[in-house]
Amino acid sequence: MARISIQDLHKAFDDFVAVKNSSFTIEDGEFFVMLGPSGCGKTTTLRMIAGLELPTSGLILLDGEDVTFRRAAWRDIAFVFQLFALYPHMNVRRNIGFPLICEGVPRAEIRRRVEETARILRIDQLLDRSVSGLSGGDLQRVALGRAIVRQPKAFLMDEPLGVLDTELREAMIGELRALHMRLRATTVYVTHDQLEAMAIADRIAVMNHGVVEQVGHPRDIYDRPATRFVADFIGSPPMNFLSVRTCLAPGQSEILVGGVPVTVPPLREAVAESDLVLGVRPEHVRLDDGGGIRAQVYGAEYLGTTQIVTLRTGHGMVKARLPSSSPVRVGETVGIAFRPEKLSLFDAAGRALRTALHDAAALTGGRRHG
Amino acid sequence: MADVRLEGVTRSFGDTVAVSDLSLDIWDGEFVVLLGPTGAGKTTTLRLVAGLERPDAGRILIGGRDVTTVSPAERDVALVFQQYSLYPHLSVYDNLAFPLRAPIRRVPPDAIDRKVREVARMLQIDSKLNNRATQLSGGQMQRVAIGRALVRSPSIHLMDEPLSSLDAKLRAELRLELQRIQRELGATILYVTHDQTEAMTMASRVGVIDRGRLVQIGTPRQIYEDPDSTYVATRLGQPGINLLPPALFNDALMPDGTATVAARTEHLWITRAGDGHAMGKVRWIERLGDQNHLHIDLAQVHGKQYQVVTLVEPDTGIDVGDPVDLTLAGALFFDAQGNRIRTAGTGGASRNGHR
Repeated sequence: MARISIQDLHKAFDDFVAVKNSSFTIEDGEFFVMLGPSGCGKTTTLRMIAGLELPTSGLILLDGEDVTFRRAAWRDIAFVFQLFALYPHMNVRRNIGFPLICEGVPRAEIRRRVEETARILRIDQLLDRSVSGLSGGDLQRVALGRAIVRQPKAFLMDEPLGVLDTELREAMIGELRALHMRLRATTVYVTHDQLEAMAIADRIAVMNHGVVEQVGHPRDIYDRPATRFVADFIGSPPMNFLSVRTCLAPGQSEILVGGVPVTVPPLREAVAESDLVLGVRPEHVRLDDGGGIRAQVYGAEYLGTTQIVTLRTGHGMVKARLPSSSPVRVGETVGIAFRPEKLSLFDAAGRALRTALHDAAALTGGRRHG
Repeated sequence: MADVRLEGVTRSFGDTVAVSDLSLDIWDGEFVVLLGPTGAGKTTTLRLVAGLERPDAGRILIGGRDVTTVSPAERDVALVFQQYSLYPHLSVYDNLAFPLRAPIRRVPPDAIDRKVREVARMLQIDSKLNNRATQLSGGQMQRVAIGRALVRSPSIHLMDEPLSSLDAKLRAELRLELQRIQRELGATILYVTHDQTEAMTMASRVGVIDRGRLVQIGTPRQIYEDPDSTYVATRLGQPGINLLPPALFNDALMPDGTATVAARTEHLWITRAGDGHAMGKVRWIERLGDQNHLHIDLAQVHGKQYQVVTLVEPDTGIDVGDPVDLTLAGALFFDAQGNRIRTAGTGGASRNGHR
């Protein structure tokens, strides 16, 4: 059981502010991912939760108890670094049981817990094998076993899959997720890979320059990005941005993009005339001869089921994800249209404007993974 | 620019056969990508064309001329490697001009200037011409390295994973640029990579390499839709093609000798099943934004649990734990050796997959 609450957490290294007044709560049993580019403060935040780094100010509560300045060893949290660090001269059983041996746990108890852990990870048939002959996936499982066997309150993981090649990485994402569903232990996981975060998280905190830009379910973050940074960081290809200069009134559901009317979700706030940005995900762009926005096909990238078509418009390049069965020829001029109910609007500072897109937001508040 | 031909080329290193009886025609103006995992023999093939390796058997022809024993310098090829190798003390301009200033080429200075500026504009580094090479970002440096190959008009450009050291965003950008520039210049390119996205998005034709052999070559669409073997079928597609035993689909029509049914997203109809006899159950939905992956646990066959991973639209209403049925539509069939079984009416891929 562990609920981790971060309150106004701040960390400065001399002049450099690594984490700026962050507040969020990680619920008990949640798989929580901190996502952002390198240098955004995600690892520093994780290290403060672990007790490996002390904050400049702010509080860290573990199940309501202040642990901000408690030593790492007394926090009952397991930190999983890159997963491959095993003792090559020990067999699987000893590798998994090693943390318990160090703690002086009685032998019978170690035996019971190691075997239970191995069953959870489905490697019980490998217990007496040497680790040197194991496959990559089994090595990962043994390394995970060493964290699980301690039965900590929470797992902290810092880019644990960073060194793996693509195929093994995809398999391990599935395994970590499945393991989490069996154990339901609070997990805080740091990565810079947005696909990994989307695939594995119950909730994601997107960070940039030490600031938490948005905390939400993967679907909320993708469908309703709170800032332009989030919209650009999530998605491949990322969201398209078109500049518009206009004023907006509540209830308004049409804007002009270069003189062409574009339907958007009805506005829920008023905005004085200023430079705004219309955000469109590539899968919400379609070719439409009747579409008022004209574009020239700049390139097409075949991806099997779908293709990414890059279009040059009067408002910059726009990428569209289309079925690979739609015929497009490089150089031809086409009309494009957008799926109205999915569009985002951002103000000049990059903050998302409130629209009908956010009305339904409360409805998706439940847990994703049943 | 010219046609390049490899005829039965073999190259061994000790007991290891790196390239085995490989024949390949690259037509003038074509962008051919060799795709295969590490150690498949792609780089050795490239080095054989460059003249950095000598074949044990077979011939290499460039523009009809047998160059099998000709030195690299006399082959008229340009190479771009994974790690950009620029002259750090020279400006971007001088780096680009360098290959043209070689004494044996005798290019007049105004022609050099014209060419350098044209290529710089194409690669969008024309504002950086006076910068030192070391003042550039990684992506800009790799553009200069590619530009240094493009200022010349060699018979063929040979590129060895030139984008692999770049970050994902830049890689996506340069994929598109390289494709555009190749078309604009009409350059002939032989490009090797282990990245299926690069192969699918850029190639006129993809050659799939397996343990030194060229196992299939065709347009990306042909390779994706109409693979000759399970090996080729599993090279392309995200999520990967599902390889399943025929026993799972007892009421589907299959050719005789089918040992494996291979199904991509577009070959599967997923419907929510009523109570009772569902084929599978949704274990997990991986929400990747636009592309959600549905993970379905199927029944056991001979003690092995099978799974299907497929793309779904975000709003299908199918949820974790739901029982589902799968219907095949145009799936591919393979025999016990992994070779494709082609019959009229199955695997309805277009054979003339022109893009």
